[in-house]
Amino acid sequence: MIPAARADGESVLPGPAVAAAPVERTRLFGHARYVLTQDPVTAASFTLFLLLLLAALIGPSVVPYEPLASDTAQALQPPNAAHWFGTDQLGRDILSRVVVAARLDMAIAVFSVALVFVLGGVAGVAAGFFGGWTDRIVGRLADTIMAFPLFVLALGIVAALGNSVTNIVLATAIVNFPLYARVARAEALVRRNAGYVQAARLTGNGELRVVLTTVLPNILPIMAVQMSLTMGYAILNAAGLSFVGLGVRPPTPEWGIMVAEGAATIMSGEWWVALFPGLALMLAVFCFNLLGDGLRDIVDPQRRT
Amino acid sequence: MLRLTLSRLGTAVPSLVGVVIVTFLLTRVLPGDPATYFAGPVASKEAIAAIQHQLGLDQPLWVQFGRYVGDLAHGNLGTSLTTGQPVLTELANRLPASAELTLLSLLLAVAVAVPLGLAAALRQGSWVDHLCRVVTTAGVSLPVFFTGLLTVYVFYFVLGWAPAPLGRLDSFLSEPPRVTGFLLIDSLWAFDGATFRAALSQLVLPAVTLAVFALAPLARMTRAAMLAALASEFVRTARASGLTGRTVVLTYAFRNAMLPVLTTLGMVFSFLLGANVLVEKVFAWPGIGSYAVEALIASDFAPVQGFVLTMAVLYILLNLLIDLLYGLIDPRMKAAA
Amino acid sequence: MDRRTFLATSTAALAAPALSAQRAEAQSPTRAETLLLVQEYGPNSMDMQGLGSSQPVNGVALNCYDRLVRFKTVPLPDGKGKTFTLNQLEPELAESWQEASDGMSVTFKLRDAKFHSGRPVTARDVKWSLDRAVSIGGFATTQMNAGSMEKPEQFVAVDDKTFRIDFIRKDKLLMPDLGVTIPFVFDSELALKNAGGDPWAKEWLKNNVAGSGGYKVESWKPGTETIYVRNEEWACGAKPAMRRIIARDIPSAATRRALLERGDADVSFGLPPKDFKDLAEAGKVQVVGVPVPNGIWYVALNTATGPFTDPRVRQAVAWAIPYEKMMQVALYGRGVPMWGAAGGPTVAWPQPFPYDTNLEKARALVQQVAPGGFSTSVLFDSGQSTIAEPMAVLLKESLAPLGINVELNKVPGANFRGELNKKTAPIVINRFAGWLDWPDYFFFWNYHGNNSVFNVASYQNKTMDKEIDAARFAPDQADYDTAVKSFVKLAEEDVPFIPVAQPLHDVAMQKSIGGYQFWPCREPDFRAFTKS
Repeated sequence: MIPAARADGESVLPGPAVAAAPVERTRLFGHARYVLTQDPVTAASFTLFLLLLLAALIGPSVVPYEPLASDTAQALQPPNAAHWFGTDQLGRDILSRVVVAARLDMAIAVFSVALVFVLGGVAGVAAGFFGGWTDRIVGRLADTIMAFPLFVLALGIVAALGNSVTNIVLATAIVNFPLYARVARAEALVRRNAGYVQAARLTGNGELRVVLTTVLPNILPIMAVQMSLTMGYAILNAAGLSFVGLGVRPPTPEWGIMVAEGAATIMSGEWWVALFPGLALMLAVFCFNLLGDGLRDIVDPQRRT
Repeated sequence: MLRLTLSRLGTAVPSLVGVVIVTFLLTRVLPGDPATYFAGPVASKEAIAAIQHQLGLDQPLWVQFGRYVGDLAHGNLGTSLTTGQPVLTELANRLPASAELTLLSLLLAVAVAVPLGLAAALRQGSWVDHLCRVVTTAGVSLPVFFTGLLTVYVFYFVLGWAPAPLGRLDSFLSEPPRVTGFLLIDSLWAFDGATFRAALSQLVLPAVTLAVFALAPLARMTRAAMLAALASEFVRTARASGLTGRTVVLTYAFRNAMLPVLTTLGMVFSFLLGANVLVEKVFAWPGIGSYAVEALIASDFAPVQGFVLTMAVLYILLNLLIDLLYGLIDPRMKAAA
Repeated sequence: MDRRTFLATSTAALAAPALSAQRAEAQSPTRAETLLLVQEYGPNSMDMQGLGSSQPVNGVALNCYDRLVRFKTVPLPDGKGKTFTLNQLEPELAESWQEASDGMSVTFKLRDAKFHSGRPVTARDVKWSLDRAVSIGGFATTQMNAGSMEKPEQFVAVDDKTFRIDFIRKDKLLMPDLGVTIPFVFDSELALKNAGGDPWAKEWLKNNVAGSGGYKVESWKPGTETIYVRNEEWACGAKPAMRRIIARDIPSAATRRALLERGDADVSFGLPPKDFKDLAEAGKVQVVGVPVPNGIWYVALNTATGPFTDPRVRQAVAWAIPYEKMMQVALYGRGVPMWGAAGGPTVAWPQPFPYDTNLEKARALVQQVAPGGFSTSVLFDSGQSTIAEPMAVLLKESLAPLGINVELNKVPGANFRGELNKKTAPIVINRFAGWLDWPDYFFFWNYHGNNSVFNVASYQNKTMDKEIDAARFAPDQADYDTAVKSFVKLAEEDVPFIPVAQPLHDVAMQKSIGGYQFWPCREPDFRAFTKS
């Protein structure tokens, strides 16, 4: 949501802009272990992330009911022994749907982030590396996107292109593009004349190859922090779009649309329809946000907030 | 200062142009024909064609764009098909509602986040620090419409503490004479205590919902800025000079930490102004956010274009304001300029 | 300005205002004389005849304007309010009327009534208004044409208080068509004075009411609320009990329900059927449900292209639909079943079709035509998704065992009509409700080969057209009945449309509210409400 790169002071506070040199493997793992043991909250979020990943991978095979199987006789049952999370308006088991939805939501999160990293990363690095017109064009593009109220832009894109998962991912990527472009550009500016980049050039690699093989992978750790935050944003964005009717198509289980549909029944007292997917969503986004903190501590403790 | 203003405005012009073009294209690419929608269910082909002609939709795209830009130059933002009113009038009427809500929630967020961030910075690594992080992150982890509905359910429906979410003011009270459009200010201006209290009570739930969202970045920023300030040279000097802890923290560290927080504040404000579309829907708030979303879903171009343009202009002005304030507060900036 | 001064002045606190005695501007009428109605959205115009006017504008036309005649009101079967009957008309602006001996014209005598402006209502105003209705285009003209009122020449202002309509052809729908909401009477002088050159004063009438009806519009804030105030001089009926009506726009249905349950709103409608079922069961507020005249939720199958061109496949779908489930899950019982009829077709409309849920028959039919199954999609309006979506999901489920794979295609309102116009969707779930409750009227819009936008199934059948036309202009009752029964039978066999249920138009009110009156335009009649 909020571009945390500015919120945590990275580009605002005066201070040396030190390029984090690639850390040796063993030192990285040792440091990671240290961070995890020191900070229980970070450790908890890592565990949660692994759990989510597990749910996404094997979830559909272990759930008690078919997520799409409706049983209208059992509609809107509160949580009970047969249905731990209760059932929804069509009698579908909410627990199964929540677990299976993890796959789609994680997919939305991961693909959005991958797409925006590639688009924004490449554009930003190119802008920082080559300067001149590339820099100007990318800058203008980023400024134009940033001048839009972001949710409305996402809404407009999905409304224009149709509400499918692909378009939701695309809209999220476009909306987050300026942030990634900016960070990538800043990093590229710093590394433009670093030793290993010069070396790559000297050995005859074309400029583009240099960018893709040396600069881009090295900014990945820096961006990793932002990427985990964007994962959370991607899921929340999908939920907001569903509330307005432009989310994923029914009857696909996805946390956002389940919350949006359940929102209508809160007033009539069927709180479980919205609460459980809402909790799952909250836990996932929560986990991603805290994960970002943890990653930052591991990668570059100097910049921790 | 004037030079700064002008140069900032200058760099903003290309963005504005970009926004105008992108909005125009986006609304024209929206599927669904507003002419068919508004001609109504029983429309004949002639009726649909008539509305299309009225909207200028039968012209080629670049002609439509030319018309649009021409209208803009005259301050004409078009007419909304869903409400039948000129867009500019409606935006002017509705902007204070959104602005009042956003400002109040920002105030609330600052009131909670800044002390929290301060405490977290002073007791770094302790349970206060962790609590601050957990609480603020939790606030930002729920979809905003869900938080809104939950607050309505708990505080209005179950507990009855909050008044009915009927909008800005109870139906049986009348609005005070319009000075700024902000009900709180206008009712005070007219010495109308009852209306003030009523307007404030209607504002509480939606403002809290939005504030919960703005807590995280503000608290984080305060904490980060405080930590940086506390670790800096001048604070060390102040401590070494024997000043009391309180003086050091509040007078020196805090004041300097406020600068980056101010920047964040501006950003959060513009983000909230755009993001409160969902809150407005839940609380029946007659603001520009709900206006734009309803229009977008009905493929009603003019309000969407007007809304986006307004937001873009506001965003640019806001950033300008922040830069100027920054310059005023931080003498170093002024010296540099 | 230096830094210190700036900071000092900016942090100066607001002077605490002297909060003097409350400006208790008692909003004129007391709470007991005011009705608070909460609706999803308000009117986008004050002129129902204008192009692009939304559903709530019907309410403005109903309450602020008068017509020549109105339908006779009859009590509802459960006694909770009143509805109307199409078969009898009552005087409104017209005191009495007389059909000519040759049966080709009707003459009305107008009563002494005054517009809100104070001017008396004359036959010239009636002529101007009806001329406008048939000339302005769009929905108004189409509705007038349905009653064979097509040309301004048909309307004659004989003198100030006498008005005549000449018929083009004999049409039993003409008189009832005068009782629907659309042919209302404008204050033509006031309109023309402010018209700015437009013969129909479209711009001015869009933003202003120039009527003689029971209520005037006190204030109209689009997107927030509309406030109506009683016309103390209303001549066409008993003086309304409610002095003031506040219609607030509250987009969220959940919020509207909460307001009703806590007693903070008096009346609401347009809630999901589940809310009405819950409210009716809880008993804290009263719920009145009137079957929507001529209204049907249906599943339409494209007869022109795609997998459903063979009537056997369509019949298979008709046997496969889980009707009872749909009624419970999508409508929560707030409807009248349109399946499982025994005995042949009748003359009533809507009437149930003979199909029921029978998977064996369905499977047998599919095997004949498409034993390998096929993939298709179902289109529905996201604006109607509260009901249409569960129906679509249940349809998908019930067709899956037959080898028919259905994908759901939910489309926003603005696009939905466009999609319908394209006539390419294989399955559509939609709802139709015409004002005039006659089967030939319904069939004319939905089944006729003139292929209107409502003929969602693109159904073309010369026999059907012949029967529909025969019914519309049948010289006597016996011929009419025969024609109707034959086209209904044809519809049941060919089944391009599968009716599922006739929806109820539900309204929820506090127990203190009485006098509910239902009209074809489905907007509440403020003139009849009482509050105890």
